[in-house]
Amino acid sequence: MSARLMQGNEAIAEGALAAGVRFFGGYPITPSTEIAESLAKLLPKVGGTFVQMEDEIASMGVVLGASLAGKKVLTASSGPGISLKQELIGYASAAEIPAVIVNVQRVGPSTGQPTAPSQGDVMQARWGTHGDHSIIVLSPWSVREAFDIAVKSVNYAERFRVPVILLTDEIVGHLRENVELPAEVEIYPRRLPKISRAEGYEPYAPDEDLVPNVANFGEGFHIHVTGLIHDETGFPVGSPKITREAIKRMHEKISRAQDEIIEVHQEFMDDAQFAVVSFGGTARTAYEAVLNARKRGQKVGFVRLITIFPFAEKILRELSKNLRGLVVAELNFGQIVNEVERAVKNCPVKLCAKYDMTIFEPEEIEASIDELIAEVNAK
Amino acid sequence: MIERSYEKFFRKNRLPHLWCPGCGNGIVMKAIVQAIEKNPNFTQDNTVIVSGIGCSSRASGYMDFDTLHTAHGRAIPFATGVKLARPELNVIVITGDGDCTAIGGNHFIHGCRRNVDLTVILFNNNIYGMTGGQASPMTPLGKKATTAPYGSVDRPFDACKLAEAAGATYVARSTAFHVQHLVKTIEDGLNNRGFSFIEALVQCPTAYGRRNKMGDPAKMMAWMRDNAVMKNSWDKLPDEKKTGDKFPIGLFYQAQTESYDAAYQHVREIAGGVKQ
Repeated sequence: MSARLMQGNEAIAEGALAAGVRFFGGYPITPSTEIAESLAKLLPKVGGTFVQMEDEIASMGVVLGASLAGKKVLTASSGPGISLKQELIGYASAAEIPAVIVNVQRVGPSTGQPTAPSQGDVMQARWGTHGDHSIIVLSPWSVREAFDIAVKSVNYAERFRVPVILLTDEIVGHLRENVELPAEVEIYPRRLPKISRAEGYEPYAPDEDLVPNVANFGEGFHIHVTGLIHDETGFPVGSPKITREAIKRMHEKISRAQDEIIEVHQEFMDDAQFAVVSFGGTARTAYEAVLNARKRGQKVGFVRLITIFPFAEKILRELSKNLRGLVVAELNFGQIVNEVERAVKNCPVKLCAKYDMTIFEPEEIEASIDELIAEVNAK
Repeated sequence: MIERSYEKFFRKNRLPHLWCPGCGNGIVMKAIVQAIEKNPNFTQDNTVIVSGIGCSSRASGYMDFDTLHTAHGRAIPFATGVKLARPELNVIVITGDGDCTAIGGNHFIHGCRRNVDLTVILFNNNIYGMTGGQASPMTPLGKKATTAPYGSVDRPFDACKLAEAAGATYVARSTAFHVQHLVKTIEDGLNNRGFSFIEALVQCPTAYGRRNKMGDPAKMMAWMRDNAVMKNSWDKLPDEKKTGDKFPIGLFYQAQTESYDAAYQHVREIAGGVKQ
C-alpha cells in the first residue's frame, strides 16, 4: 500500500474501520470533528452507520445501544463533550459494554481555550465517571501510531468488555504525516455465548478470563442489561456479597491482564542515569529534548507511556532503580506526575508542566533536565 | 378459566413486580404485551424493550425479551442505537413523565424529529414516583408534590403536542382505565413505521393521588373515565366546555414519512456501500 498524507484524527477513523468498527455516534466539537467527518464518509461505504446525535450524552447512549446489538462502536469528542459522556461511560463499565471513546484533548476547564492543545484530561480519563470502576486508557504520539492504537482500543474494548479511552491531544489529532497503513490488522472478534439457554446460559457469568460472554440482542437469549449492580443473570440484586464480587471482578478482569496491556516505549535506557517520562504529543518534544541532552553528554533516557491506565507502576519502579532522577513532562498543571511519584521510590521526580495553550519547546524540557541534574548533584 | 396467553411474555421468575398496590403501571405493561401478541411481526426473539429510570422503567425487567434498562432519561438514544445497528429488530421504549420529558427531554424531541422506527410508551403518573413524589414536568398546575408542597406553579408539558410539533409520525393518548382503547392504541403505534409516541395516563395512588386527595386507585381510575374525552368528541366541544380536568384521548396525529433507518439505507447506496 502506498503512503498517504493524513491527520491523526483521520488515522483514528481508518484504524477504527480496520478493526471492524461499523457504528459511530457523535456530536461536533473541535479538535475531534475530523474523526466524525471521516466516518460519516467512510462508514456507509462498508454498510456501517454514522449518526450525528443531539448532544454528547445521546452520542454515548446511541453507541452503547448499537454495541449491545452486536456492532463494534466508536465515539469521539473533546473536553466539554467528554465531561458530558462520563455518565454513560460509567454505564458501559457497569453493564460491561464494549465501546471506544476518543478524547482529542484541548485546554480546559470548561470551554477553556478552544482549541489549543493540552493533556489536562489524564485523571478524568481514569476517574471521570462516578463510582469504582476499571478502564483502559491508551495514548499515541504519531499519526501511524494513532491508527495502531485505534485498532488496539477496539480490540481491548471487545476482549475485556470495557470502555476504552483513546486519549490523544490536539497535537497528534491535527498532525499531518505521511503514513503507510497495513492492509490487514489483527482483530479481536465479538465474544459470543458458549452455551445455549437450555444449557443454563447466564449473560454475566464470567469466562475463565473473568469477562462475561454477553449475547448480542436479537439472538434469542432474552438477556437483561442494567446499570444496577447485578448478578450473573444480569438482574439487579441488593446484596453486599454480589456487590463486592461484581466490583472486584470488574477490576480484576483488567488487572490480571495488565502486564499484557501496559506498553511503555523506552530508548537510551541502557546507560541512562536520568530519564524523561512523557506521553502523547508531548513525547515528540521530549524525544528531541533527550536527543539534545545526549549530544551534550548527559546520560538521559526516554520513557513514553503508550498505556496510561492501567498505570505502568512496576515498570517505572524497576527503571528507577538504576536512575538518579526523572523528569515528567506533561501539558497540564501536573497529573500523571502523581502516579509516577507513587510508583517511584528510589529517585527524585521533577515535574515539567506547561499549561499556556502552547506546546513544549525542546529547550523547556532540556532546562528541566539541567535543573534536575544540578539538584541531584548538589545533594 | 380465563385464558392468559400473554403471560408467556413475562419473566415469571421476576414477578411479583415492585409497584405499589393499585399502581397503574402493570395495566400498561400488560397492554403492551397484548398489543405485541396481536402483531405477528413482533416476536420475543426479534423485539427489544428499552427503558430509562423510574417506576415505569422497571417494566423491562419483567418482560421476556432482550431488555435494556438504561440510565435516567437516556432510553431513546440507546434504543436509537439498537434500531440503527439492527433495523430488522423491533424496538419499544418504556419511559415515564420525568424520565422522558425532564432529564430526557432533549432526546425525546430529537427522537421525534429523527423519526427512527421506535414505539415510545410514556407511562404518565404525573409525578416522580420512585423518589417519593416530587413534581415532574407533567404534574398539573396546582397539584401538590413533595417539592411543590403548596401546589405546583410550574407549567406542565402536553407531551402529545410536544411530540407532534417535534415530528413524531404517530401520536396518541390513552389511560389505564380505557384498557381496550389502550391496547389498540399501542397496537397501531407498533404498526407505524417511524417514531410512534403513546402517552398512557396511569394512577399513582401512593406518591400522587394520596397527597392530592384523589381517593383510592379505583377513584383515580373513575376520574380518568369521567374526564377523558375521545378526540372526535373533544374536537366538537366548544372551548368553554374544555374546562376543569377534561382532557382528550385518542389518535392525535399520524403521517407517512420515511423513517430514519429506512432513509439511511439510501445513504449507503449513494456512498456506494453494500446493502445490510
